[in-house]
Amino acid sequence: MLVAIATLTGIAATAGFVLTLAARTLENDSDDVVTAIDDLLPQTQCAQCGYPGCRPYAEAIANGDAAINRCPPGGDATIAALAKLLDRDIIALDASLPPPPPPMLALIDEAACIGCARCLPACPVDAIVGAHQYSHTVVEDLCTGCELCIAPCPVDCITMIADERDVA
Amino acid sequence: MTTAATEDLYRLPGGIRLPSFKEQSRGRDIIDLPVPAQLVLPVRQHAGEAAKVEVTVGDRVLKGQTIARSAGEFSAPVHASSSGIVVAIENRPIADRRHKESLCIVIETDGKDTPADTLSPIPNPFNETPETLLAAIDSAGIVGLGGAAFPTVAKMRHAIAASIDTLVLNGVECEPYISCDDALMRTEAQSILYGARILLTALDLPHCFVGVESDKPEAWEAFRYAAETDADERLQMVRIPTIYPAGGEDQLIYLMTGREVPTGGFPSDVGALVHNVGTAAAIAELTLTGMPMISRIVTVTGEGIAQPGNYRVRFGTPISDVAKAAGGYTESAKRLIMGGPMTGIALTSDALPVTKASNCLIFTGPAIQTSREPERACIRCGECARICPVRLQPQQLHRAFRFDQGETLDGLGLIDCIECGCCDLVCPSHIPLTHSFRAAKHQRKLDIYDRERAERARERFEQREARAQQRAQAQEKSLRSMKDKASRDAIADILKRKQQDASRSDD
Repeated sequence: MLVAIATLTGIAATAGFVLTLAARTLENDSDDVVTAIDDLLPQTQCAQCGYPGCRPYAEAIANGDAAINRCPPGGDATIAALAKLLDRDIIALDASLPPPPPPMLALIDEAACIGCARCLPACPVDAIVGAHQYSHTVVEDLCTGCELCIAPCPVDCITMIADERDVA
Repeated sequence: MTTAATEDLYRLPGGIRLPSFKEQSRGRDIIDLPVPAQLVLPVRQHAGEAAKVEVTVGDRVLKGQTIARSAGEFSAPVHASSSGIVVAIENRPIADRRHKESLCIVIETDGKDTPADTLSPIPNPFNETPETLLAAIDSAGIVGLGGAAFPTVAKMRHAIAASIDTLVLNGVECEPYISCDDALMRTEAQSILYGARILLTALDLPHCFVGVESDKPEAWEAFRYAAETDADERLQMVRIPTIYPAGGEDQLIYLMTGREVPTGGFPSDVGALVHNVGTAAAIAELTLTGMPMISRIVTVTGEGIAQPGNYRVRFGTPISDVAKAAGGYTESAKRLIMGGPMTGIALTSDALPVTKASNCLIFTGPAIQTSREPERACIRCGECARICPVRLQPQQLHRAFRFDQGETLDGLGLIDCIECGCCDLVCPSHIPLTHSFRAAKHQRKLDIYDRERAERARERFEQREARAQQRAQAQEKSLRSMKDKASRDAIADILKRKQQDASRSDD
């Protein structure tokens, strides 16, 4: 009886000691969490969540500063995936945000473009090419449809078109 | 010409023996359908990019004239199937699995059927360079006539680049009801073999297999007869066992050579190229008359049509015109299917035009079951796995599909599914397996496309951030160094002045 109690106490104490040691020395790599969250985000970099891009939003979620329902382009699928990853409840998209948009692309009306180059720095993924005094264009393959280029345009020559996603 | 017996072949894993239902359509000769009053020619009749329209409304066009040019390497031009006036260029519904509609060129025919004077036959194709032949095939809009309508030249160029060693002509036609290739082989064996020899010249290959299914003895005899007058040792006949889907491209290659096309790969990866017999006949026609591809043989069959048979139909002919020429509908007509009963698509209207991909039109009667039995739970009997010709595990795939496990689907080889429909047929629980795999394949493609785009966006966003940071650091550094320099200079200045002052006061 006493031997059994002593043995089990010994095992428990050793295990507790080793685990505590491990938790202290092996640092919890929060970067991994951020990357895992970032992997689930749609990478539109649209900043609608209130953070300047997908990774900053992922960092905010990891730090507990932001809710998981602030990504309109990701919609319910992203919320569900985040909920699963972080073991939280699935909630609806934040009501203050616009509803999930269909996949879109920006299109510059090249005839109307005055070449002011103001949309260039606005693009979070450098998908707009052009130079001062020259017409600009959007590289379709790189555009994420974030709409951030629309506001800076002084002549309103940028429109959003549906991304047909014709994957053969 | 030599022949190979069935025993020499490799055995197809899985597959199924199906009732053929070909008798009703294969009895008669091929009948030429009259030119319809109106032709509706979609610019999207082939796999790949849609052709680019080259005519405008009001133009007079001649038979064989190019009305839409090829949009690139993976595309094919469209030609006027008869002479007449272009009356409209607009979006119209088409018979296609992936596209509901396509831009169509509508021609009001004039009944004269005047051929264009630009057509140029190739009198001796065997003396031409491969490049000349490839260019001719390209501009003639020839696509695979087995049903997938893959541009023939794209396939050939791919094969040449991969320096293949085996050319196979596919005369297997394993799906029930369809008999258009059978009819072609029986009546035009000579021109198929002529086309095969042109293909050998164009591809610079030493020999070609011609695969014919064992339930087509007339076609086999027709080839033998044609070979008697026109012997060519480079062509070898191979009798293929009647097992569905032995006529699938990858399956046929395996049967003949034992080579397996790798996951996500092409026949060229195992040194093979497969063309439909109809494609070879179209190439022969092109060199003999200069006429591009403007018509094909269509099997019109089923209990819903009065005179089933094989008809030569010009592209753009409305299906209703085909039905009229085939004696009209019978009372039992229920549904319209394009392609075979296993892989075909149900059409919603008979106003749709016949295209390069329309190998068969089935007007079904009550004999084909139009409603499914209710789906029940999978009982894990494993029949689907036993029958699958690509050795997949349909029941596992189905489970992964139900639980939306994208990566598991990939791991189980979803993309290898050839959508043959065998698993549906044997499933005792009536689970629509093929349908779910088709949907899953599409969804996976979209997911992967989105994932790739997201990955690219992330990279570019991170690079941009890094650049911004670098710039900020550089700015700060230069500011600091300017400050440093400024203060150093200032101190030196003061010291200098002090010294000067001191020396002055010494004086």
